[in-house]
Amino acid sequence: MVEFNLPANSRITEGKTVKAAPDATNIRKFKVYRWDPDTDDLPRVDTYEVDLDRCGPMVLDALIKIKNELDSTLTFRRSCREGVCGSCAFNIDGTNTLACTKAIEDIKGDVKIYPLPHMPVIKDLVPDLNVPYAQLKSIEPWLQADTPAPTRERLQSPEEREKLDGLWECILCFCCQTSCPSYWWNGDRYLGPAILLQSYRWIADSRDEATGKRLDNLNDPYRLYRCHTIMNCTNTCPKHLNPGLAIAEIKKSIAARQ
Amino acid sequence: MEMRSPLSRVRGLGAAHEGVAHWWAQRLTGVALVPLTLWFIWAMSGLLGADLAAMKAWIGMGQNAVLLILLIVAGMHHAQLGLQVVIEDYVHAEGTKTVSLVLVKLGAVFLGAINIFAVLKLTFGS
Repeated sequence: MVEFNLPANSRITEGKTVKAAPDATNIRKFKVYRWDPDTDDLPRVDTYEVDLDRCGPMVLDALIKIKNELDSTLTFRRSCREGVCGSCAFNIDGTNTLACTKAIEDIKGDVKIYPLPHMPVIKDLVPDLNVPYAQLKSIEPWLQADTPAPTRERLQSPEEREKLDGLWECILCFCCQTSCPSYWWNGDRYLGPAILLQSYRWIADSRDEATGKRLDNLNDPYRLYRCHTIMNCTNTCPKHLNPGLAIAEIKKSIAARQ
Repeated sequence: MEMRSPLSRVRGLGAAHEGVAHWWAQRLTGVALVPLTLWFIWAMSGLLGADLAAMKAWIGMGQNAVLLILLIVAGMHHAQLGLQVVIEDYVHAEGTKTVSLVLVKLGAVFLGAINIFAVLKLTFGS
């Protein structure tokens, strides 16, 4: 039946507070979700006072400062710090986004940082993304063609290339994937907005010759049609892409071949 | 303990290769219900306080009976398609889910049959 009781580790306790240096004048509080798999403790929210006069402008700058100067046990993923790798996706100030492109000054009050929602937590801000990665693999995100490879590039007209705009830019941060209620409730069977956008990236590619097979594998009540056009995906995308539109295009393609 | 690989879990039993029919039927009945529902509200507001004889006279006009039956069929079909999705979304215990789906599907047919019978009885009955 419907689950009314939340799992044991859903209750979050208040953690410790780490003060800024006494001479700090421009202090912002960062409230960060913490959970350690090696203890039996419930998750907690630790508060870190960050001196913004000695910190970069982005949320990721503050997280790195916290790890370097206030608490080296804080665990999170990050890499490129410029919005192209998709590693530092968290739920920041109630919205899934990239810490490296989210300015601290755009957030009012305390800065709340939680892991991406509804994923198993490995530690602190690090979610287990094995299932979405397997889902990506399942849609075979590479060019498939029976025509023998030409001796040069496979050509596309500028108009055909344009169809990939708004699709190729996806960095697989899974902000959209983990913002989708339908993915929360049926993430084991519903492919989710990020994977469906990736799938459409290959369906829309004029060089790909496996369109029919790709649509066959999506024509399923759960894999594709669990999308109920909630549009959290499009609202939250830190790259300003539109997974909702990509999903609608897939549904139109399947309807068109009936 | 679950030792299957994530890819094996994700591929599961494979794609059903259907789903578009459900999606299309839900939209089609939805579109049909817009004028049918507006017509029904308009018609009923004109019949407030009507007695049985007046109702029979109104339904006796062929187009009203036909539109009522269309409203019942489209409404019941749309409702059971929608409830099916709600159950599949939120009910995860396999047994409860199956029983709920069967009850919703059979319930819609049953309610639809009762409604259509009522319309026919008012139209043709003595």
